Amino acid sequence: MAQATSPPDLTRETAEPTARRYSVDAAGLGRWRAGAFAAPALLLITVFLVFPALWVLYLGLTDYRLTGTAAADPKVVGLDNFLSALGEPTFWNSTWLTVQFVLGSAVIGQVGLGFAIAWLLRDKRGPLKRIVEGLVILAWILPSAVVSFLWVALLDADGGTLNALLGTGDYAWLLDHPMLSIIVFNTWRGTAFSMMLYGAALGNVPPSHLESARLAGASGWQQLRDVVFPHIKGHILTNLLLISLWTFNDFTPFMITAGGPDGKSEVLAVHVYKVALQSGQLGYGAAVSTVILLINLVVAVFYLRLLRSKK
Amino acid sequence: MTRFVLGRIGFYTLIAVLLAFFTIPLLWLASAPLTSDPTYEVRVPDFTFDNFQAILEHPYALPSLYNSLLLSVGTALLVVALSALAAYALSRVRLPGRDALLYALLLLSSIITGTAAMVPLFQLAVELGLIDSQLGLILILSGGLLPAAIFMLKDFMDSTPKSYEESARVFGASPLQIVAHVVVPLVRPGLATIAVWAVANVWGNFLMPYLLLSDVEKQPAAVIMYTLYTEGGQANLRLLSTFGLLYSVPVVLMYLFVSKKYGFRFHGGIKR
Amino acid sequence: MAAIELRRLTKVYPGGVKALDALDLVIPDGEFFALLGPSGCGKTTLLRTIAGLETATGGAVVIGDRDVTSVQPGGRDIAMVFQDYALFPHMDVTDNVAYPLRIKKVAKAERHRRAGEVAARLGLERLMDRRPGQLSGGQQQRVALARVMATQAQAFLFDEPLSNLDARLRLEARTFLKKLQRELGVTTVFVTHDQAEALAMADRMAVMEAGVIRQIGTPAEVFQRPANTFVAGFIGSTPMNLLDAVVRGDTLEVAGCAVPVPDAAAGLLADGEKVVYGVRPEYNAYAPKPADGSSEGALAGKVVIVENLGASHLVTLDVNDVTVQAVVPEGSEPAVGDEGFAAPRRDRALVYRDGELVTR
Ligand SMILES: Nc1ncnc2c1ncn2[C@@H]1O[C@H](COP(=O)(O)OP(=O)(O)OP(=O)(O)O)[C@@H](O)[C@H]1O
Ligand SMILES: [Mg+2]
Repeated sequence: MAQATSPPDLTRETAEPTARRYSVDAAGLGRWRAGAFAAPALLLITVFLVFPALWVLYLGLTDYRLTGTAAADPKVVGLDNFLSALGEPTFWNSTWLTVQFVLGSAVIGQVGLGFAIAWLLRDKRGPLKRIVEGLVILAWILPSAVVSFLWVALLDADGGTLNALLGTGDYAWLLDHPMLSIIVFNTWRGTAFSMMLYGAALGNVPPSHLESARLAGASGWQQLRDVVFPHIKGHILTNLLLISLWTFNDFTPFMITAGGPDGKSEVLAVHVYKVALQSGQLGYGAAVSTVILLINLVVAVFYLRLLRSKK
Repeated sequence: MTRFVLGRIGFYTLIAVLLAFFTIPLLWLASAPLTSDPTYEVRVPDFTFDNFQAILEHPYALPSLYNSLLLSVGTALLVVALSALAAYALSRVRLPGRDALLYALLLLSSIITGTAAMVPLFQLAVELGLIDSQLGLILILSGGLLPAAIFMLKDFMDSTPKSYEESARVFGASPLQIVAHVVVPLVRPGLATIAVWAVANVWGNFLMPYLLLSDVEKQPAAVIMYTLYTEGGQANLRLLSTFGLLYSVPVVLMYLFVSKKYGFRFHGGIKR
Repeated sequence: MAAIELRRLTKVYPGGVKALDALDLVIPDGEFFALLGPSGCGKTTLLRTIAGLETATGGAVVIGDRDVTSVQPGGRDIAMVFQDYALFPHMDVTDNVAYPLRIKKVAKAERHRRAGEVAARLGLERLMDRRPGQLSGGQQQRVALARVMATQAQAFLFDEPLSNLDARLRLEARTFLKKLQRELGVTTVFVTHDQAEALAMADRMAVMEAGVIRQIGTPAEVFQRPANTFVAGFIGSTPMNLLDAVVRGDTLEVAGCAVPVPDAAAGLLADGEKVVYGVRPEYNAYAPKPADGSSEGALAGKVVIVENLGASHLVTLDVNDVTVQAVVPEGSEPAVGDEGFAAPRRDRALVYRDGELVTR
């Protein structure tokens, strides 16, 4: 019956595809134009980010070298590079140094110092706070080539400011304590991020909670443990994951010690550069890069999980 | 009472130690450029401007600052333009697989770092003939910054009401007119953030230009600075100090400008 | 100017929500038409589908004598005011008002002149250089009006344009808008969920529920003769009394009392039929004693609540365990616990059968 009286309406109502007559997003962009908008960015990302990441996986399986016969005609050697890395003391040395670097400068240094500064200055106002924060941030924003040289100058054996201040004569900090030097350097360099993050987090702890703890007679340490930490737990975890990731991938130590002396400060980032681009063992270097990528992946997935659960 | 006094003393001692720790390494950069014959040790400057002469005489110092500018502005423009287009499309149109794409972008931008990708990037640059090409470097740097930029901008655009665009649309504006008249002005603060972030990132970047530009005439200040203090022989401290200062000042100015104008701070991710 | 006609208009959102269900509606040229309904009934969807911001899943939108169902919003020759006004925050008032003309490629000087004219008509001349952020809510609303006037479109669509104003301004804006529409004579569709607004301003109105129109008519018709129990319960500042009733000859048995069959339903009811008896509290005459000594034709009960409505009181009676409300003028309100009688006006009371009004 209805069909006899109004067939066009019925066909329209049932035929969903013909109903999509034009695009309905806010600007009338439509899928094609939207695709075109996104395409150039995605193209660049694919060519210069995704492709290299996949390529590194492949390279790690070959005996590719910068020069020589293996450069012209690389062969797939399977897991040989990974196996030889596992049997290579320099790889393990670099891994161990990287663990020290991340734990020492990021987890203990930056998180600890960043939190300490944020806590000390939590309810301060005025110039003192601005000066301290300003200096910490300055250390963070200056170009790494400049700050690296400043530390080379500071730690220089003959005539460095540190020796002059401590009266230690011509002690060669960079030669005798290269790891300690870059750990302290990186703490100095990167504390700003943690400080700002914790500063913001502490600002979000409700003052009433702190006050009631204080009224109950809690000491400073007890306030920290019972009121502050529960509130900023999420921030601490975020912060730890992010700065571990950054520190792990940081290439700046190269500019201070270049991995030396004798590989004593050759963290993985520097190790890759040395074996792949200085010694020309691209295949082996790519295998180490793959390891770095995998570790990054694990940390990043944790981080994104955390972000999701917060939303 | 005594506890209070002790607390004060403790507090100021800690602050003094902190100030010393963060100031001492920087002092040299402030004093050496103005000292006639700088050494590694920090000394009270005698306020001479002769050292700046050294910069003018050096064949690569000033050009390298120009190269840094070229690279950072070029990258920033490319990143802002491309990420804005992509973020807008992703924010407003339900492209198939959008959420997975965004997740992948976020993941990629955090795991594929210069360190992890230096080997293939170097090879890729060799294969594509992009070694010693500033344009090539700009493309590579942009590829690295784009995911995070798209992600930040999409967040920004998602929080911008759609009714502005719809309103313009009812008046008959075409999609491109809507983007030009309405969207770009509305998200301008977001675009500025991304631009500053990209400039700061590239200005300080050492690894990529170090790997990919071997021609000194094309190298940016980061690489020249490094070369200046590692090349053989006695380092020229007059040159290094003034050059380091000149190279640092723009970053500081930019930071001051941004924190004053927008009241926001450099966000995480700046040290990719 | 142009009429708007909707033919079996259907909108199903991607998630499967059917927001408009084969809706038919004709809005004649120059009419001020209000769309009223509870939240989520599809008013905004209807307006956006007319504007073309949503594509219809089925059916047709006709503006003037043109089927615009597959025409882009910009080609439909309509103008729309959004609930948040959507004034461009980066443009001053002049540029905002002139924006539609800019799209039509009117030269800058000319469009500024015309924007100035329209704005002057709305009393905005001294605000022309301000940005929306520097205007009050009422001023923003007038700028939004000026902007749609500048389009000289065939029809205006308003989505709750007054809901962002405070109560006093809203009354002022109501009068202003109505007057303006009269002068311009542009077909106007106006969405609101404030029934007082719809009743006060509209030439005709539609009451919607779940994507369908439940009644169309003038405000007076809709208020006095709701076509079904949904509209009856929705319209009116105090909801209509809707009481179960049984037909007994020419009286109705309601809550154990006998009331006469209302005029509207006279001769249309079968003896013994179960119906719903409806009377607005305003048309329910309360008295402490039966008017002529007998309680015939009135609902006798006990006062349980007395609420102050300002110039009158709403009295709630318990009539044999059935709740009945009546409006009492100020000064003659009873006390809680009093015996009372509510006598429905026979010419205003209504009868519903299966939810629909029984009428000729
Ligand atoms: N974009 C959308 N996608 C899916 N469902 C939607 C969308 N917009 C609205 N709806 C649904 O369609 C129905 C009608 O919504 P609409 O916004 O038209 O209601 P409304 O009458 O304007 O309500 P209100 O008075 O609250 O503004 C609701 O059930 C709503 O949840
Ligand atoms: Mg609505």
